[in-house]
Amino acid sequence: MIINHPLLGPRDAAEFVYLGDAALMNRPDASASDAQEAFHDYLYLRTNPAGEMRELWYHEQGDRSWLVVTRNTLTHEITAVEMASDVARAMGRSR
Amino acid sequence: MRYSAFEVLKQGLTGNKGWTPAWREPEPKPAYDVIIIGAGGHGLATAYYLAKEHGITNVAVVEKGWLGSGNIGRNTTIIRSNYMLPGNEPFYELSMKLWENLEQDFNYNAMVSQRGILNLCHSDPQRDAFARRGNAMRMAGADAELLDSDAVRKMCPYLDFDNARFPIKGGLLQKRGGTARHDAVAWGYARGADERGVDIIQNCEVVGLQIENGVCTGVDTTRGKISAKKVAVCVAGSSSRVMSMAGMQLPIESHVLQAFVSEGLKPTIPGVITFGAGHFYISQSDKGGLVFGGDIDGYNTYAQRGNLPTVEDVCEGGMAIMPMIGRSRLLRMWGGVMDMSMDGSPFIDKTDIQGLFFNGGWCYGGFKATPASGWCYAHLLATGEPHATADQLLLNRFKRGRMIDEKGVGAQPNLH
Repeated sequence: MIINHPLLGPRDAAEFVYLGDAALMNRPDASASDAQEAFHDYLYLRTNPAGEMRELWYHEQGDRSWLVVTRNTLTHEITAVEMASDVARAMGRSR
Repeated sequence: MRYSAFEVLKQGLTGNKGWTPAWREPEPKPAYDVIIIGAGGHGLATAYYLAKEHGITNVAVVEKGWLGSGNIGRNTTIIRSNYMLPGNEPFYELSMKLWENLEQDFNYNAMVSQRGILNLCHSDPQRDAFARRGNAMRMAGADAELLDSDAVRKMCPYLDFDNARFPIKGGLLQKRGGTARHDAVAWGYARGADERGVDIIQNCEVVGLQIENGVCTGVDTTRGKISAKKVAVCVAGSSSRVMSMAGMQLPIESHVLQAFVSEGLKPTIPGVITFGAGHFYISQSDKGGLVFGGDIDGYNTYAQRGNLPTVEDVCEGGMAIMPMIGRSRLLRMWGGVMDMSMDGSPFIDKTDIQGLFFNGGWCYGGFKATPASGWCYAHLLATGEPHATADQLLLNRFKRGRMIDEKGVGAQPNLH
């Protein structure tokens, strides 16, 4: 697989470390009343879709940036690559 | 028909005209006591033990493709019970004991061969860890022997004992471990279940689960609606897809594991050798091919194929520990989709939906577990209670803080 890094261009997926579903960026609110339940679901349950999936890849052998890669789990086709920091800011976070 | 040496002789002398099909191809009935989704090794074993041990024969096994078309036909055929943790080891040892009597039990040649499995260690701390594991295995009734490097050298003189990074300091040997013929396991269970009245319905994909008021009453399939008192999901690799029909999210990610077979060579590797530090394990099939593999690719996928970086990693591991295989040529390689669970251990459990049961999360260790998985799942379906050796393999174990994490790497499936 080749991941088209927004800053560095096409890079071999072997340079990256895979974390998992991009939903892991949305950490639950630890002070909420249902925090215990929410953290169980956040930490242990996965949507695990067959088809298009947004996921987190870390460019360990490169610029050490986190990317959000949209990839099809049935074909391995990659359709979009974004900087995770841009995605976080678009969600209204500071970084 | 009972298979025996006499039968082979008799059929041979009469032109082999008397053989009958090993199982029927029945049409689905409108209702069953139990429907098992997935005619893989575990599903067929469950049907077999339901019929044989619990007398429940009004059972259907529905299968999207042909029976045995999933991971039971895509593994590297290793059987072993060299686990450590209390929630795991008694279960895998039950499986080992069932393997030892399997062929006599279901009257089918599954080519179970107890040729031994050797885990290599490379440092004093690792040997200590192996000693502890070996003791845990023996406490659970399994066999284990701790070997020093001379004993390993006697068994496998061709290993690279003075490897600069991973010198071989010894190993943990389970002599009762070994290999079995993967397809024959599925076929044997299928034949045994069919003989006892179980309907194995192939080319029948489940497209929906009938759930009303929290009760599962049957399945919708490509061949119509089938009712059942109990529906048992047994589709490792596709667990998340099937359970999403019930609106459930699982503590599972799907990953691909690749495996490789070389051209046929003269007998050289006596048993199974694992080089965990280098992501490599190997055995030699009865046809002479070197059967080997390594780690999962590490990203979510449902494609039954992997990528080249992992191929390179596995082959580098092989070359590092066993340089003699460098000139053998690769014949075949393939990938299978694994249910990688959050702690590396499986699930055999009820769900919150009455009448809906779940078996999955086998990671890359489903094959060796086949007999015990069927045995314990059948026990759960028949009695409503988990079997004593599988009472830790529950879906809510993360909520209760009772993870069974052999590797101790936490909730990161691609590290297990």
